[in-house]
Amino acid sequence: MTAESQEIAPQRMTPTRPMYWSIRREIWENRSIYAAPVVTACIMLFGFLISAITLPRRMRLAMGDAGKLHSVVAMPYDTTAGLILVTAFLVGAFYCLDALYGERRDRSILFWKSLPVSDRTTVLAKIAIPLVVLPLFSYALILITQLIILIVNTIVLLGRPSDLAALYQNLKFVQLSIALLYAVVAIALWHAPVYCWLLLVSGWAKRATFLWAVMPFLAIGVFTKIAFGSASFFTFLSDRLVGWFNKAFLVPEKGTHVDPLAALTPGNFFSTSSLWIGLVVAALCLAATIRMRRYREPI
Amino acid sequence: MACIEARGLRKAFGSTIALDGVDFNVEEGRILGIIGPNGAGKSTALHAILGLTPFQGELKVLGRDPWSDRDRLMRDVSFIADVAVIPRGLRVSQALEYVEGVHPRFDRAKAEGFLAKTNIKWTSKVRELSKGMVTQLHLALVMAIDAKLLVLDEPTLGLDILYRKQFYDSLLNDYFDRSRTIVVTTHQVDEIQDVLTDVMFINQGRVVMECGMEEFESRYVEVMVRPENLAAARAFKPMHERQAFGRSILLFDRADRDELAAIGDLRTPGIADLFVAVMGSHGAVQ
Repeated sequence: MTAESQEIAPQRMTPTRPMYWSIRREIWENRSIYAAPVVTACIMLFGFLISAITLPRRMRLAMGDAGKLHSVVAMPYDTTAGLILVTAFLVGAFYCLDALYGERRDRSILFWKSLPVSDRTTVLAKIAIPLVVLPLFSYALILITQLIILIVNTIVLLGRPSDLAALYQNLKFVQLSIALLYAVVAIALWHAPVYCWLLLVSGWAKRATFLWAVMPFLAIGVFTKIAFGSASFFTFLSDRLVGWFNKAFLVPEKGTHVDPLAALTPGNFFSTSSLWIGLVVAALCLAATIRMRRYREPI
Repeated sequence: MACIEARGLRKAFGSTIALDGVDFNVEEGRILGIIGPNGAGKSTALHAILGLTPFQGELKVLGRDPWSDRDRLMRDVSFIADVAVIPRGLRVSQALEYVEGVHPRFDRAKAEGFLAKTNIKWTSKVRELSKGMVTQLHLALVMAIDAKLLVLDEPTLGLDILYRKQFYDSLLNDYFDRSRTIVVTTHQVDEIQDVLTDVMFINQGRVVMECGMEEFESRYVEVMVRPENLAAARAFKPMHERQAFGRSILLFDRADRDELAAIGDLRTPGIADLFVAVMGSHGAVQ
């Protein structure tokens, strides 16, 4: 029997092929994965192109105050990066919440399961969207957007050599883009348990995935606050969302700034125990999700 | 070689028993129709065969355990579930590309050939297609897969008669050959009577009857009798009796055809009629 099936079993099915196609179909099915960050980038771009008109004036006003000048110059680039990353987080979170719920609700799980793709491949392809695809895509998108802004700023300042010099002095584009790549990786690792939890709920809940995902945490937070007067659970939650920043970067004091690469603290970040605890939780959630998908049927 | 072997197949949802120790074999090259009322356990049986649901007992499909080996098994098994499960957000071209991407036995040119005979556009999203077209698309995908077993769970539910006829015609003419096996459940039993090679009745989680269609035709006979011959006909112990057009129609199992021919017109019963008769007697036994 096995010999026979191997004999007929044809061609070119490398182990990574189902994974590759599973990721592609996720992107086909969920256009918000790229559409939402692109829309954000376009809005940013449009806004900063208009504000570039007043850049020479604003730079002149800030001349002499190094901190202020730096923030005038760097603000569009930081804001662009920040807002695109926030968009990517929201897209990733809502994607995860629907990823295993939607296929049961519209019964398409019966179609997916009728093809020779394992549950493990399917679940890993889904979690790869917020952990790999979205970070890389946002990174590329941010670089392109920042580059366009930089070109426009350069053109606006062409007639003023001193301002132009100040621009490039305050904006170390290459260093910024390296720091950004590091940030994107750090954020993905830091948020991994959040996405994996959302995916788990999406595979488990029969309805109201958002409530199931969020309410338990709110309930624990409110309970501990009322019963013990402790806000530590809420601190824990906010740390899980934004805590990557002060662990992966040196937070400059107000009004000062440091070189982008000098602000990176990977040693500190990778020795943070909550990073590793988070990754273990993420792995457990993922294992549970894979196991659960085997049992799942249309709702 | 047996394509599907089930021994003591059992599945319960809480206190509801969907399959109650079912035994059956499906040989290679057969087209088996599984007939049963709603909630009889048909879909559960199919889902067990496809590795979609865990079960108790022994079940081998193409020599594999479907539950532990679903993704490998699906290289040799195709499945069309009731109404339109092709993801609605995909385009027709993407559906083809995806199946080509993940399925080692998918012949894209063949699928394109089938689609060319329909009104389905490449660029359409699945959500823009009518129910009939989605089924045509699914059939095109499935027929282009060189599978050994095709499982159809109410594949033509909600389609009009033209689409239903076309569906089974394509299946028989362009797909089926003696090396493939097809298992189908449907409520439109009589429409597929000529398509089937075997039939199995299932009720309350048990197989209540199974036989090949050749045996079916030689074994069961319906006799239309006038009222004056009714008493004589009843003497042959019909398994079921019903009224139509002022005559009685009696259904016999293994009766003497020559003697029956003397008291009325003989014909082969429809599967649906036999189903009603078997369910009736099955109910009476309990």
